[in-house]
Amino acid sequence: MHYTFEIERGNFTDAGQASSSVKRTLKHLGVAPANIKRTVVALFEAEINAIAHAYGGTIDVDIDDEKIVMVVADTGPGIPNLDLAMQEGWSTASPEVREMGYGAGMGLPNIKKNTDDLKIESTVGVGTTVTMTVFFA
Amino acid sequence: MTIKEIARLVEGEIVGAPADDTYDVEKAFASDLMSDVLRFSMDETVLITGLCNNQTMRTSEMADLRVVVIGRDKQPDEDMLELAQDLDITMIKSKFSIFKISGILYEAGIKPLY
Repeated sequence: MHYTFEIERGNFTDAGQASSSVKRTLKHLGVAPANIKRTVVALFEAEINAIAHAYGGTIDVDIDDEKIVMVVADTGPGIPNLDLAMQEGWSTASPEVREMGYGAGMGLPNIKKNTDDLKIESTVGVGTTVTMTVFFA
Repeated sequence: MTIKEIARLVEGEIVGAPADDTYDVEKAFASDLMSDVLRFSMDETVLITGLCNNQTMRTSEMADLRVVVIGRDKQPDEDMLELAQDLDITMIKSKFSIFKISGILYEAGIKPLY
């Protein structure tokens, strides 16, 4: 099962629609609530990150009987220092993002906590690809 | 504690999804920071916040929250009310400050999330 969603820079009005759609799908498939929660929290954080920081991008979601793989790929600006970005409390979010209730530097650490596998590839000036996997078993 | 009892205690108005009389609230978490809301398990929990926008609803959806008290007399707009109904989230609008709402609910036996 494959789904693709578009991410538009700064569009907080629609923020969360991809995560919401995935949540409905997983519920429909009968995935355990705890795994649904982990999945949608991770995806929502990644979605918010991309809307807040990136120039735009896509979310690709693949679901099978054992797992869900979510790939959030943007077209820049890239993360200059990934170690810093992974630290709780480190943030480069704008005041507008903070007014929306985000930008506290908890996003990537929270994604790591809620996923079974997390890969982040980022090149400054090119973009960032975040690949998150949650196993259902 | 029922949602209606919470609304009575904080002198609030129920908006969004109708109150589910069978839902039992045991704990509360107060935050304007949605990133923090996503860090914890929110079972049987009411969120108390002054953040009044669609992201409050979206975050509540992801966190499996069913009741949100909006403090400081903030007014949800039509989009937010519609989203709350779609997501089956009950909002309680209160004129009280977050501190006062928290104090009232704590005194009435609602436990802190941690």
